[in-house]
Formats: sequence, C-alpha cells, structure tokens
Amino acid sequence: MDDPSFWHRLQFGFTIVYHYLFPQLTMGLALIIVLWKWRALRTGDQQCDLAARFWSKIFGVNFVLGVVTGVPMEFQFGTNWARFSRYSAGVIGQTLAMEGMFAFFLESAFVAALVFGERKLSRGKHFGAACAVWAGSWLSGYFIVATNAFMQHPTGHTLLEGVLVLDRPFQFLFNPWAIVEYLHTMMASVVTASFVVSAVGAFYFLRGQHQEQARLYLKWGTRVGLVASLLVAFPSGDRQAKLVAEFQPVTLAAMEGRFESGENAELTFIGQPNVRERRIDNAIKAPMVLSVLAYGTPKRSVLGLSQFPVDTWPTNIELLYYSFHIMAGLGTLFILLMGISTWLGFRGVLTQTRSVLWILMLAFPFPYIATTAGWMTAELGRQPWLVYGLFRTADGYSKSVSSGNTLFTLIGFTGLYFVLGLLFLFLVGRELAHGPDQEAHG
Amino acid sequence: MAELWFALLGLMLTAYVVLDGFDFGAGTLHLFVAKSDAERRTVLAAIGPFWDGNEVWLIATGGVLFVAFPELLTTAFPAFYLALHLVLWCFALRGVAIEVRSHVADGMWRALWDTVFAGASLLLALLFGVAFGNIVRGVPVDQSREFTMPFFTDFGTTGQVGLLDYYSLSVGLLSVALLSAHGAAFLAWRTAGAVRERCLLLERKLWPAVALLFAVVTLETYFVRPELLGKLLTRPLSWLGIALAVSGCVVLVSSRRGTLDGRAFLGSCALIAGVLSAAGAALFPVFLRSTLSPAFDLDALHQPRNSIAMKFALGWWPFAFMLAVSYFVNVFRANRARVSAEDY
Repeated sequence: MDDPSFWHRLQFGFTIVYHYLFPQLTMGLALIIVLWKWRALRTGDQQCDLAARFWSKIFGVNFVLGVVTGVPMEFQFGTNWARFSRYSAGVIGQTLAMEGMFAFFLESAFVAALVFGERKLSRGKHFGAACAVWAGSWLSGYFIVATNAFMQHPTGHTLLEGVLVLDRPFQFLFNPWAIVEYLHTMMASVVTASFVVSAVGAFYFLRGQHQEQARLYLKWGTRVGLVASLLVAFPSGDRQAKLVAEFQPVTLAAMEGRFESGENAELTFIGQPNVRERRIDNAIKAPMVLSVLAYGTPKRSVLGLSQFPVDTWPTNIELLYYSFHIMAGLGTLFILLMGISTWLGFRGVLTQTRSVLWILMLAFPFPYIATTAGWMTAELGRQPWLVYGLFRTADGYSKSVSSGNTLFTLIGFTGLYFVLGLLFLFLVGRELAHGPDQEAHG
Repeated sequence: MAELWFALLGLMLTAYVVLDGFDFGAGTLHLFVAKSDAERRTVLAAIGPFWDGNEVWLIATGGVLFVAFPELLTTAFPAFYLALHLVLWCFALRGVAIEVRSHVADGMWRALWDTVFAGASLLLALLFGVAFGNIVRGVPVDQSREFTMPFFTDFGTTGQVGLLDYYSLSVGLLSVALLSAHGAAFLAWRTAGAVRERCLLLERKLWPAVALLFAVVTLETYFVRPELLGKLLTRPLSWLGIALAVSGCVVLVSSRRGTLDGRAFLGSCALIAGVLSAAGAALFPVFLRSTLSPAFDLDALHQPRNSIAMKFALGWWPFAFMLAVSYFVNVFRANRARVSAEDY
C-alpha cells in the first residue's frame, strides 16, 4: 500500500467492475428486444410487443446507470493512468475516439426514441430505433474489447522515440485476439440478459402473475440462453484459452495453478493454490484435459510457472486461479441449466416443474459473477504488464497525483456508487413489482 | 496537420458547449421558470431527447484529443485531477436526477431530484467556466509536465496558481450567466405557456448580466493576458468569430421583438460559438500556457511525432462526424413541435 499504483488500481478495478454490471445487461437485452420487436413486426404478436415495451423500461434504467458510470472510465485513462496513456495513445487513442464518434452518438440519439417514442413513431421506425441502439451498444463493445485486446496482445504498432505509434491500423483494429474476445464477451452479455429474462419469467410464473408474459420470458430466455451459453464455451472460450496458451503461457500456468511442466497436463477442478509451497492443496484433477484444451493433443507439454522468471508471473496468482475456475465452472453449469430448461420447455412441462423454475429464478446473479470473474481472469492474467510484454503496470499511473488525492476520489466513488446502487435496485424493483401491463406505456 | 486537428477539436468543443450548454442552462433555471410538477415535466421533456447525446460531444472530444494531442490530455488530466472528478460526479448525479425524478409520483422525491438536477447543472456550468479561465490564464506546467493543481493557492494569477482566483471565478460566473440565458432561450423556443413567459422575462435580466460580466472579464483579461487582446484583433479567424458573435447578438435582439423563438435561440448559439472560436483563434497554437515560463508552454505545433495516428483518424473522422450531425438533425426534426408535460 506504500505503492501509489495500489490506489490507482483499486479505483480503476472498483469502478470498472461496477460499471460493467450495467452494459453486460443492456448489450444482451438490446439483442433480445430487437428479436421481440422483429417477431411482433412480422407476425403482429401482441405479447412480443408487450414484452419489448416492458423490458425497454428495465433497459432504460440500466442504460442510464451504464452511461453515468461509464464516463468516469474514459476520464480515468487521463487522470489516473497518464503515463500509460502517454505511452500508448498513439495506438489505443483510435479505438477510444471511434467509440465516442461511432457508437455513443448512435446509441444516445436513439435510446430516447426506443424508451419513450413508441407512441410517436411508426412501428417500423420504432423497430429501427431498437436496432440502432443495439448496433450502437455492440459497436461500443467492439471498440473497448479491441482496446483491451491490444493490451493483451499488442499488434499493428511500432515504437518511436519511446512511445507506441500506429503502424498497421487494420492489423490493430482486427487483432485476432479482439475478434475472439469480442465474441466471448458479447455472448456472455447475452447469457446475462437471458438469465435475467428467464428469472423474471420464473418469478412471475411462481407468483401466478402475468402468466402469458411469464411463459414468453421463460421460452425466449431459456432458448436464447442455451445458444449463448454454448457459444460462450465453444468456439469463443475455447479459442480464447488457446490464444492464452500460445501468447501468454505464464498466464495459463497461473490460471491453473500449475507449477511444474509436463505432457498429459491435468485440469484442476477444485483445490487451493499454495504459491509458497508451489502446489495445489486438496486438488481434484482430470488427467490430460489441460493439454487437450490448450493445444488439442495430450502429447504437448503445458509449461509450469517454474519455467518462467518470477518477475513475469502474474502478481496475484491465487485470485487469478479462483477467477478462472469460478468463470469456467459457472459457464459449464449455465449450459446444463439452460439445456435442461429448454428440453423441459420443448416437452411443454417447464412451467409445471416448479423446482427448475425456482432455480432459474435464483440463478440470475451467477452470470454477473461469471462475467466479472472472466474479466478478472483477463486483467489479472495480463499482470505484471499493462501492455503485454511492453509496458509494466507499475509504470503506468499518473506520477503527479498523490495517494491522498486518489484515495479521496476512491472514497467519493464508493459513496456515490453505493447511492446509485440503492437507487437502481429500488427503481428496477418498482418496475418488476408493477410488471408488464396491457396499457400503452406512459 | 496539427493546425487542422486544433481546428477540428475546437469545432467539436464548440458544438459541445452550444449543445450541452442549453441543458445546463435549463437545469440551472428550471426551479425558477417551472413551478408546478407539470411545468417541471415540460422542462424535462424539452431536454429529454437531447441531453445524453449532447454529453457525448464531450466524450467524443476527449477521444479525439487522445488521438490528436495525447501530450495535452496526459498533462492536463492529472493537473485537473480533483476538478475533473468533481465534474464526473456532477454528471453522474445530474444524469440520475433526470432519469429517476419522474419514476415516482411523490412530492418529496421529485423536490429532491429537482434540486440535485439544478445544483449539478449550476456547478457544471461554473466548473467549465473556471476551466476555460484556467486555459486563458495559464497553469503552473513545468518541464516535467507532471503536476497536479490545487483548488486554490494565494488566489493570484501568476506563478504557482490554483484552480480558483478572481479571474477564473469571473469566467465561471460569466459561464453560468451565459449558459443560463442560453438555456432560457432554448426553453422559450421549446415550451409554451407559463414556462415560456417566465423564460422570456428572465432573459431580459440575464442577457444584460451577460453583457456586464463579459465587459468585466474582457477588462480582467487585459490585465491577466495583455497580449491576448492584441492577437484577437490581428488574426482573421478571430475576426470571423467576433463577426459571428455580433451577428448572433443582432439576431437574438431582433427576434425578441416578435415571437421568433427559434431564431432567437439560433442567435444565442451563434453568440456562444463566435466567442469560443474568436478565443480559440487567439489562443492558437498554445493549449496550456505556463504561468512559470513561456519555455514550458504546451502547444499544438511541438507535439511528439504522431502523424500516422492523425492521418488514419482523418480517414474516418469526417464520416463519423457527418453521421453524428445527421443523428442530431434527425432528433431535432423528430422533436420540432413544442412540448407539453404529457410527453415525458
């Protein structure tokens, strides 16, 4: 804690984790709303229209929270991480500027039309507004993921007078790491949205309220959720793991708590990493699985941490290990739960299977946990680097900002975000208690 | 290339002040011009489709600054560390206040968020004015370009200055008055009935106050930055800015004789854009003037070599800018009828 970068990291970590609670719902929900509105437009299905209207209100509350907690993220690149920004602006300035110019203008111009404009606009135009908001939010996601992908796996750049400059812009924009990470992130966001939609459906059904809407939420939530959960794991998660194995082998070793190298590498399901003793306590392992997952063959050796200099090890191996295992474990359970629910839905007995409805209702926090753990895996796994292999985290913070100033703003954010969180829960709770009604939106 | 990006950034920043300026002004004034709940809803309905998009101009300007002049961004942002965080928190509270106030039909709830909305809008108008005052007066940037400014030191305008002194506070007050008048002009155009009447009445007091404060700030500038007024009078682009501002005044005053509310608002926009572009042209090429020594000035022409990033951005920026303008035209067209309380 004597290290000033500690407070800068804590503030960025706290504000980014908090911020991403909102966009992960809005990006996924935007897609589901577009699907409902498309169906309503094609078939005149009143229930789909009603569902889109109700969820647009939830979307609106999340959107505003996403905006007001997102603006500080952009600013912190300059205020808290000035030395990193000075080093890398020549490259990542592009994507950050493009996000504002291409994505935020698009979203902000149409979100009011989506949430408040249904009575004024024609059906086609209102559908267009929903599509614009969806496109804007997904574009925004791409630019941020491309920025992160550069930090994970820099490409398209060159060094000039000690700072990064753009050399091959398209190689930077279409970084293979960015494509995989984007698919993984977007599908995870659809998982979050579909779990929330299913949970609300299950809640209404168990309470005997809004039965027809509840059936619709359950049907769409579980089916979209199954497809998205599968896509999160394969191909996107699988490709992501192979990229980590190829370009960040020391990270893979730390994620798995693997200290020694060797072929037929086993995958640890559970156990506690003991970094000082260099082993996993109470480990339950599956032989060969890690070699196969990382390289497609049990014959390939997966390197252990002892193969790498200690100053290139991720700085918090324990937390990285747990983040990865929580993400991967939950991701597997999501496929199982959505698979069973969809199967019951096809057989027409989901609404009679109260135990599954209860699980669906209580399951909605877990995609948020899995997504957060996933981002923690990516960001802790990148340590000790800010730009992988090029620039260390310890060199990135704003030197002139004293720890007293950083702690002051961290306390400020904590207080403000606590209030925002209470407001959010209160407002969404009210919308859910009110429920989707048949009257036009007022 | 650097000159072009200086101008484009100026353009975006001007668009930001003109656009977000009217909703800051509307927020600052709404407790006075809208008394009943229905009237408050009218004010929110008037800015509802715009405020979020207006704010994006600031984010986008920051992004473009990141591409074109990273040295400026990475020097100025830590320098204004606490002030910028105050701005962020005001934005957060203001956005939330606008969003949540009409969700609950309760007098106390709405009174609370109306006050938050007004206070945050006022503080933002003041802070942006103070920031502009700091740009004109200069900041204590030294060779290392790593410094953080305190809120205040000795309230003087030379040497180790703080954020606040008589000059930056005067500019802050001018900003509050100007954006309030601008907001009143916007509301007079967008609303009908009692809100419009009150805005027109208030404008008759606010514009003279703007003129008075403007004269005071000009006089102060003569003492704080004597050479700046000379530049203002010798640079052709500054003349254009001044001409734009003067014609804005003429349009504003002449429109008020009749009921040309839209035209009056345009006049107000032209006035603000004119003042900003005249000032921008006079300040060029210096971004951050050093109050310690002219040798430490941070200017647009002596930046690290960054030409590929600038060139590549020039490839996509015009396209993105046209798209953004088209969205705004679209939103203004879709909301061209005067609003009533039932719309929000």
